[in-house]
Amino acid sequence: MQKWNFILDVKLCQGCNNCFLACRDEFYKNDFPPYSRAQPRHGQKWISVKQQERGQYPRVDVAYLTTACMHCDDAPCITKSDGAVYKREDGIVIIDPEKSKGKKDIVNTCPYNAIFWNEESQVPQKCTFCIHLLEEGWKMPRCVQACPTDALKVVKLKDDDMAALVKSENLERYRPETGSKPRFYYKNLYRFTTCFIAGGVAFQDTDECAEGAIINLKDASGKVLDTVKTNNYGDFKFDGIEKNSGLYTIDIECPEYSKLTVTEEVSECRNIGVVFLERR
Amino acid sequence: MSNVQKLTSGTTGGPVFVYVQDGRIIRITPMEFDENDAASWKIEARGKTFSPPRKTTIAPYSLAWRSMIYSPKRLLHPLKRVDFDPNGKRNCTKRGESGYEKISWDEATDIATNEIKRIKTEYGPAAILSTPSSHHLWGNVGYRLSTYLRFMNLMGYTYADHNTDSWEGWFWGGMHHWGNSHRLGITEQYDLLEDALKHTEMMVFWSSDPEATNGVYGAFESTIRRFWLKELGVKMIFIDPFYNHTAGLVSDKWFAPRPDTGNAMALAIAYTWITEDTYDKEYIKTRTTGFEKFKDYVLGKEDNIPKTSEWAEKECTIPARDIRALAREWGSKKTMLAAGGMGGMGSACRAATGNEWARLMICLSAMQGFGKPGINIWSTTQGAPSNTDFLFPGYTEGGIAGDVDNSAAGYRFVYKMHDFPTRSWINSPMGQHIPRLRIPECILDGEYKWRGKGFAGSSVEAQFHEYKYPAEGYPEIQMYYRYGGSFIGTMGETNRYVNAYRTDRLPFVVNQAIWNEGETRFADIILPACTNFERWDISEFANCSGYIADSYTQVNHRVISLQKKCIEPLGESKSDYEIFSMLSEKLGFKQAFTEGGKTELDWVKQLFHATDLPKHISWEDFCEKGYYVVPMPEEKKSTPGMRWFAEDKIRDTPDWGPHPETQAEFGKGLQTISGKIEFECSSLLRFDPDDEERPPIPKYIHSWEGHHTKELYDKFPLQLISPHPRFSFHTVGDAKGSWINEIEDHRILKDDGYYYWIIRINTKDADRRGLKDEELVEVFNDRGRVLCAAKITERVPPGTVHSYESSAEYDPLGKPGESIDRAGCINLLTPSRYITKNSCGSAPNSCLVEIKKYTDGGA
Repeated sequence: MQKWNFILDVKLCQGCNNCFLACRDEFYKNDFPPYSRAQPRHGQKWISVKQQERGQYPRVDVAYLTTACMHCDDAPCITKSDGAVYKREDGIVIIDPEKSKGKKDIVNTCPYNAIFWNEESQVPQKCTFCIHLLEEGWKMPRCVQACPTDALKVVKLKDDDMAALVKSENLERYRPETGSKPRFYYKNLYRFTTCFIAGGVAFQDTDECAEGAIINLKDASGKVLDTVKTNNYGDFKFDGIEKNSGLYTIDIECPEYSKLTVTEEVSECRNIGVVFLERR
Repeated sequence: MSNVQKLTSGTTGGPVFVYVQDGRIIRITPMEFDENDAASWKIEARGKTFSPPRKTTIAPYSLAWRSMIYSPKRLLHPLKRVDFDPNGKRNCTKRGESGYEKISWDEATDIATNEIKRIKTEYGPAAILSTPSSHHLWGNVGYRLSTYLRFMNLMGYTYADHNTDSWEGWFWGGMHHWGNSHRLGITEQYDLLEDALKHTEMMVFWSSDPEATNGVYGAFESTIRRFWLKELGVKMIFIDPFYNHTAGLVSDKWFAPRPDTGNAMALAIAYTWITEDTYDKEYIKTRTTGFEKFKDYVLGKEDNIPKTSEWAEKECTIPARDIRALAREWGSKKTMLAAGGMGGMGSACRAATGNEWARLMICLSAMQGFGKPGINIWSTTQGAPSNTDFLFPGYTEGGIAGDVDNSAAGYRFVYKMHDFPTRSWINSPMGQHIPRLRIPECILDGEYKWRGKGFAGSSVEAQFHEYKYPAEGYPEIQMYYRYGGSFIGTMGETNRYVNAYRTDRLPFVVNQAIWNEGETRFADIILPACTNFERWDISEFANCSGYIADSYTQVNHRVISLQKKCIEPLGESKSDYEIFSMLSEKLGFKQAFTEGGKTELDWVKQLFHATDLPKHISWEDFCEKGYYVVPMPEEKKSTPGMRWFAEDKIRDTPDWGPHPETQAEFGKGLQTISGKIEFECSSLLRFDPDDEERPPIPKYIHSWEGHHTKELYDKFPLQLISPHPRFSFHTVGDAKGSWINEIEDHRILKDDGYYYWIIRINTKDADRRGLKDEELVEVFNDRGRVLCAAKITERVPPGTVHSYESSAEYDPLGKPGESIDRAGCINLLTPSRYITKNSCGSAPNSCLVEIKKYTDGGA
């Protein structure tokens, strides 16, 4: 049996919010029985875009994390809802708008905060994967259709094939520790969840950017984790470092200049600024 | 679903499919093409093949249209201000405070036309001032340069000309170096995508954020091109005081110069090239003039200040070594300069130093061989392969007005479309007109002088022409027929616009608008208009052609859509054409306005038949399918913009100008006097060689509102930049119950249920002021006060703050025009001062402010 999955490439998402807007357009004032009641004008983001800036001026970047109902395989909303929420054979999780009526508790079952309470129609609501459109022959939900960068995609695959894709494409789940087995996968998730150490290197004597300096990143034990060369602006960047992962040492070497070592405690992203090398 | 119709329409952010059920719009989507639609182009470059996806992209504000059609702020009935009596007390100074009462269409049009007749009889037609907002709807028939102009031309009026807004520095400065008056100072962009994919090694985005501004009307059509360039290893450098959204997606390096000092950085780049001998001397010799003067200035021979990178660092804050590293990389790689979001534009040109910045962008490009393979001014948003032989007009080509003076109708389209085009003898260089930027002065002071009528693109010299209000022998304004309500959010120092309504000097105001927002609430009579989803029209994706000739090269497929009347107009609202028809009936010229009773659909059909569409698709099939994808010609020769110039050949691009009279040999050379790129501008030498604000060669001139204006800077130490917004198209998409409000990067919802406008401030500046993230703050200077939510960020350097312009709403917490605005009209704070005394463009990015925590008592 083939099942649906979401895949977001964090590197390709620019936070345009077209996914959120297309979703709202689809569901505002539109009932799609037996799958969903209409969304109100404001307040519910069945698909939501969170922005995260990293670093300090001028070494910054920005990443976006789009989340929706994860259509989990071990969905707490299903186990805790007395049959008001069910999983379809194609992997999609649906809150039955009739059976869930008045059951506000269902909102709090979701570890990803993807369920909303509709005060007017008294139902818990969330992403339906646009199942009403897929049944009409659409190839994708509205959010995916509106994505200008193909950052957001859906695939319908057998679980084994999906597992193979997860492996070959290095896909990850967001907050896998929830244990609910989401069907929403991420590529380049490190851009949102981890941090970087970046800086610049310049020569003290000439006040020129130090191109080609060799930078070694070492952990607390002195093990070299990564080596990069500075570019023509003297810049270097080590990305994908776990937050709050302790002390790191950066060795900076350049021929004819004295070696320099910088030690940084990493809690969040760090721009260590410009380091000046002195001529030997 | 049952009974669902899939119709077509167009928007400022892309053509759309519109799904309608039981008289209600239920869904608006981008278009996906089918197998019968024309094939997509392919570009072969560096061993790869590039071809766009078989669909259209769509801008966020276009996806939000349903929330705006069914907006709680829709005007559904004609309204009259309760304390306005045309035959008694008018209470003009109460505008903006008084409430409204519903009246019938008959009453509303009676009041309006009786006033029009009274004013015409007592003062003459030029006493009626009128102007529309830009970019409000989409469609060649209903557009402001079509239906609106047709009516106004027949009624008679003094037009408040739209200025060259968004590309001021290119028009008032750049034009003198390369001509291009037919493009209002901006260069052609033909086939530069292919050129870049084949040859370019680096892109410098300088004040350019195409992910936010979408070219203009181009949705996300260019995003994939930047991914392609990245795929080919093209390096992408960003220079912008804000770490912008395009940078967030593709940048390799970001420089954030202090606002209004990019010209210092540019001069230091030129200095590095000159002193290190890394510029194209052969090109300088054969394709340019006046370089020696410029070189002397850069080297400090003229003023004893060599424009070194160390000198520039003091002005722009970018470390000298970084400026040199950039100059060296630029000088050694084939580089496309993306200056602004089109082939020009950019916030940096909308500042006190905007002329000098734009001028230097042209000079830097010339120093590297502008027009040679891979080297150009191109921002990725235009220059896709396209069928430029296929005639379908842009919205500026006059539509049903056929006005050859105030639109581009005279270029070609009026002769195909019309038997009876209209024009206005008042709205002409010989009649009376005023600049939109000076409406308040004209109303309140009763006199004003300026240079250049409106877009003034007929020649380079047209911008020098001096005008005054009132024009010789013409009356002062007695009535304002306003169409739309955006100016408090979009012009500069906009408490002026509020106060211009609240005066007895303006006896009568009509506003024809879709939503009750912004300025609309300052009218005496409000006429409710409907959206383009509620009437017939016809249009092409991103085609505004005229001054941005062939602007559809922004998009990856030329898509022409029939904009079907999807639903009946809501409430008692009517299409603009209907409203003008009713008024023209009472004014006696309905036959002329409607050309004997034509409906909007009749005009749409007439326009269809005036284009190349009937050669390819019948009217019936077009109606049935709703859109047409223009096929590429079988054989298409690539003619990159300015290649002909670099190679000193006759122009081979489809560009529509310059006019033969401005060239020694038609088609050869540029529109400048010498026909070459002029480092020292002969047009400025002739006009005023001693103009220190706009000298014949581009220079570093201190901003008149920046870090050198010490007294003001001490008082207001934050430099505010206010670029065009990302999620709304100016005011379209913002406020009015739109879903866009919920985007956390657009407005911030606070506990009081209000969506507050955002100001972005660096962490250090916020700490110094004790501000917390998303806290309400008062942004202020001597011009006004605006309530915003602070977004604490590292995307701006210390000393710079960033807030988009164009709040749709104006919500003063006290007396209008004097009190703090809760809605976020950041333009209350920006200057009204022109770039220079002779350059009558706005400079919103030269603006000093201070920010403090907001306390309720501050209102």
